[in-house]
Amino acid sequence: MAKKKETTEVEETKIDARIPEGPLAEKWSNYKDHQKLVNPSNKRRLDIIVVGTGLAGASAAASMAEMGFNVLNFCIQDSPRRAHSIAAQGGINAAKNYPNDGDSVYRLFYDTIKGGDYRAREANVYRLAEVSNGIIDQCVAQGVPFAREYGGLLDNRSFGGAQVSRTFYAKGQTGQQLLLGAYSALSRQIGKGAVKLYSRYEMLDVVIIEGRARGIIARNLVTGKVERFFAHAVVVGSGGYGNTFFLSTNAMASNGSAAIQMYKKGAYFANPAYAQIHPTCIPVHGEFQSKLTLMSESLRNDGRIWVPKKKEDAEAIRAGKKKATDLSEDERDYYLERRYPAFGNLVPRDVASRAAKERCDAGFGVGNTGLAVYLDFSEAINRLGESVIRARYGNLFQMYEKIVDDNPYRTPMMIYPAIHYCMGGIWVDYELQTSVKGLFCIGEANFSDHGANRLGASALMQGLADGYFILPYTIQNYLADQIQVPRLSTDLPEFDEAEKAVNDKIKKLMSIQGKKSVDSIHRELGLIMWDFVGMGRNKAGLEHALEKIKEVRKEFWSNVYIPGKEVDLNNELEKALRLADFIEIGELMARDALMREESCGGHFREEYQTPEGEALRNDEDFSFASCWKFKGEGEEPELLKEALEYEFIHRQQRNYKS
Amino acid sequence: MEKNINVTLKIWRQVGPKEKGKFETYKLDNVSTDSSFLEMMDVLNERLISERKVPIAFDHDCREGICGMCSLYINGHPHGPDGEITTCQLHMRNFKDGQTIVIEPWRSAAFPIIRDLMVDRGAFDKIIQAGGYVSINTGGVPDANSIPISKVDADEAMDAASCIGCGACAAACKNSSAMLFVAAKVSQLALLPQGKVEAAHRAKAMVAKMDELGFGNCTNTGACEAECPKNVSISHIARLNREFLSAKFKD
Amino acid sequence: MWLIDSSIGRKLIMSITGVFLVLFLLFHSLMNIVVIISPEGYNMICEFLGANWYAMIATSILAAGFVIHILYALFLTFQNMRARGAVKYALKKNQKEVEWTSQNMFILGTIVFGFLALHLYNFWFKMQFVELSGHGDVSKAADGAYWVSQLFSSWIYCLIYIVWLSALWLHLTHGVWSALQSLGLNNKTWLPRVKTISNIISTIVILMFMSIPIYYLLGFGSGI
Repeated sequence: MAKKKETTEVEETKIDARIPEGPLAEKWSNYKDHQKLVNPSNKRRLDIIVVGTGLAGASAAASMAEMGFNVLNFCIQDSPRRAHSIAAQGGINAAKNYPNDGDSVYRLFYDTIKGGDYRAREANVYRLAEVSNGIIDQCVAQGVPFAREYGGLLDNRSFGGAQVSRTFYAKGQTGQQLLLGAYSALSRQIGKGAVKLYSRYEMLDVVIIEGRARGIIARNLVTGKVERFFAHAVVVGSGGYGNTFFLSTNAMASNGSAAIQMYKKGAYFANPAYAQIHPTCIPVHGEFQSKLTLMSESLRNDGRIWVPKKKEDAEAIRAGKKKATDLSEDERDYYLERRYPAFGNLVPRDVASRAAKERCDAGFGVGNTGLAVYLDFSEAINRLGESVIRARYGNLFQMYEKIVDDNPYRTPMMIYPAIHYCMGGIWVDYELQTSVKGLFCIGEANFSDHGANRLGASALMQGLADGYFILPYTIQNYLADQIQVPRLSTDLPEFDEAEKAVNDKIKKLMSIQGKKSVDSIHRELGLIMWDFVGMGRNKAGLEHALEKIKEVRKEFWSNVYIPGKEVDLNNELEKALRLADFIEIGELMARDALMREESCGGHFREEYQTPEGEALRNDEDFSFASCWKFKGEGEEPELLKEALEYEFIHRQQRNYKS
Repeated sequence: MEKNINVTLKIWRQVGPKEKGKFETYKLDNVSTDSSFLEMMDVLNERLISERKVPIAFDHDCREGICGMCSLYINGHPHGPDGEITTCQLHMRNFKDGQTIVIEPWRSAAFPIIRDLMVDRGAFDKIIQAGGYVSINTGGVPDANSIPISKVDADEAMDAASCIGCGACAAACKNSSAMLFVAAKVSQLALLPQGKVEAAHRAKAMVAKMDELGFGNCTNTGACEAECPKNVSISHIARLNREFLSAKFKD
Repeated sequence: MWLIDSSIGRKLIMSITGVFLVLFLLFHSLMNIVVIISPEGYNMICEFLGANWYAMIATSILAAGFVIHILYALFLTFQNMRARGAVKYALKKNQKEVEWTSQNMFILGTIVFGFLALHLYNFWFKMQFVELSGHGDVSKAADGAYWVSQLFSSWIYCLIYIVWLSALWLHLTHGVWSALQSLGLNNKTWLPRVKTISNIISTIVILMFMSIPIYYLLGFGSGI
């Protein structure tokens, strides 16, 4: 696919999301009623590769194996249970309306669209809201120990961007419990032999035969051997690319390489600029820092965010002359409550993050770097008692104390925004199929559902919706036509070619033998990304970033040093392969951000804001999903646009003030 | 307060499962007490790379104490001397200037060494595959609120379910027993009505797999609970024993 | 057979034999205490537990209990050493919650077993065994009080018994609650209670035993 140079005009390539006809609320049922299915005896003859074992990957692999498909499941960690979905803390949304506070499928749909700043596809989001209730039922049936009331029924808490309580949770470890639920379902299928698990394997390319995805090339991370795998369809649930920033709340091994491999084989990379900066992370504290730690958004239920009202106080605090507790109520500026009276501390993440940056940039930041704001629980502790707060957030407080060596029950926490989640990703149609036939993308790795900003507790919902309830249906519509295709040999020339390309790339990297470590170059990339493609972006900065990223690429491909052997366990080689792709992603992000001359959700262009400093959308010119098409190494990618038409919702400027 | 310390590291190096390993000594100066233990290891690895040496292999991923990937036996304790945390949450402020730190891999016949400090904990996955689940397929399940569950049971199930599968219990146990790990899963599911249905089969299947994989016999030393980063209680082991014995007597 | 094949089955056997031996010790110590109160009464008990069919059955079961407990201890210890792997930790410390006794049950058991042989020689061999075989001084076979005073007239023996009983006490402080835990008779609330009850039981048993050598050591028993 990548080899064919197309010279057609931008406007002419039509992107078709293949959304079913009919009223919004009936699209998904209509689709399911009319889609093609695969009969049980044929399912056994069809192989599906699933890359990734997070919420989306594990739930998809398990569900498809339960149906009778033959599944090959890959993960880079030693066990499927380590996938980074495990780190999600706060909760999962569903439109159950158990608390009787007026929630409904429509309202969850509406909040998600609005939270995403009207940059998501209506039909997808409605379907997500529709299946959300089934996820909770599924997880409870698996034995996920959600928090309960004394009456024995499920408890809910509220989350940013919503005026109802629709978030189900399991202490501060909801992601862990949901992932372990999916992992247990997956383990059951592995035990039965319906799923073959390949742990400590990393996908290095997707193999295309006659225009269809037919397998992958993967490296055994223990032996270093590059191996080939065939399947009738390939599903990628490899997570987000937040680690492009080097410092993020992602796990160390989280990467965007599978996305880049798909992109280079013809899948569009959509909305790369939409990255979410999470407002409540532990601030950066030193240059040795390897990652950032998130403090759950649920803390904003009871914590109040503030900075000093007077600059002198902020300066005194930074110099260590004053403490947070020295300031009286009058001397504190609860800026979220002040600016957004209706939602207060529970405004969406992008809004909260920008407000923190605005205060710190204006000189009111605290902590020794001045890049931190307070998250204060004293009022909640006085109101509810320390034991209630301990029961709600005990593990988070303990985590904070271990890292920062400060007791948040006594002194306010310090927090600052950090890169957390990528709304952008591989473009998929309504069936979660990429622009390459037979290649599917699920979970955070795809671009769907969250628009330009994701609401809290919606990532878990989307990952599991894709894996349990959407892909297992839609993939059959594709596979129904593949039942005649035999299991192909991995000796085919397409496999040879793909494996050779991978081996050549590895050899090239190993042969550079330069002076810089992989991490040191990654840090350089991360700084460029944070400074110019981070929370506040502008034309000059983005153009500068594109130049700087070019330099980083050159430095990497000429001066990186990878110790060890090629065909062996080699962590540095793994990291180098990932960094090579992060550089590509960084460039795509900057390019996309530069193209999008508006502010929306997680994408904030300083040139486009209201007088009050809120994001200013431009629906006239930018109501589309930007889809970047690979045109060859060293060539500029082509921009394709999927128009976002709002049939059912009337777009307006997001308002969290009243 | 942040300060810098100098430490001496005695680190186990071993090329592969069959090769003989040995300790190597490294001196590391000016380590910030605010850095995490693994960040200190990163700094050491960066130095080794700059000296064109092969860096130390160790497992780690989320670096926030939840994925269970990090291991390391530090100064005689799994996940280091500080309590209720994983290695990635251990900070250098727990060490003194001039201190020698001994770093070893998890040692257990059931966790063969892959390289240096990296071990294969696939045995834990195999135990879960033997029965650590509720046998239901996707879809067709009852409404989540159709079966009320007492808060006490749900909370206790949650305590058991907080296990991260890191293997510290088996690593710390003088018998290399995996009972706390197995008990956490058996207990979680036995406490909930959804899991109760096949509790007997689960207990038998998981214990049989655990025994088959070469873990030792539990002698109730409590070392597992004392070293567990998530503080999973050995009372779950009592529940596992109960479940297992009653299942066997029913047969 | 799951009582041999499965780890929890093996632990069940250890626990049941252990609990049985504790019950025996309780009975034995209650009996012993009589020697201080009334040597005649003690001798009546000795007579009662001579070479009678019921005493013989009880003795056989008791011996079987010991043998099984010891064989399983060997079996478990061997398996556990193998599970630990060939290379040991260079540095291993225990958290303070981990009882020393729990880590050294096999050593304590071995000490107890060693002294047991001596104990059998000093009493059982001269009493029930003499009655059974007919060899030796049959007239003194049921005179337990005589043998007790004979043995504990030596302060060395008093000390040996005190050391032995101390080891047994340590063995029991872990053994009793551990047996209940292995039988599944425990939960979060009862864990500390079970431990306390176990400590009380083992301490009472051992104090009753120990009162005798101490009684003699302090010279009160010299009159006999």
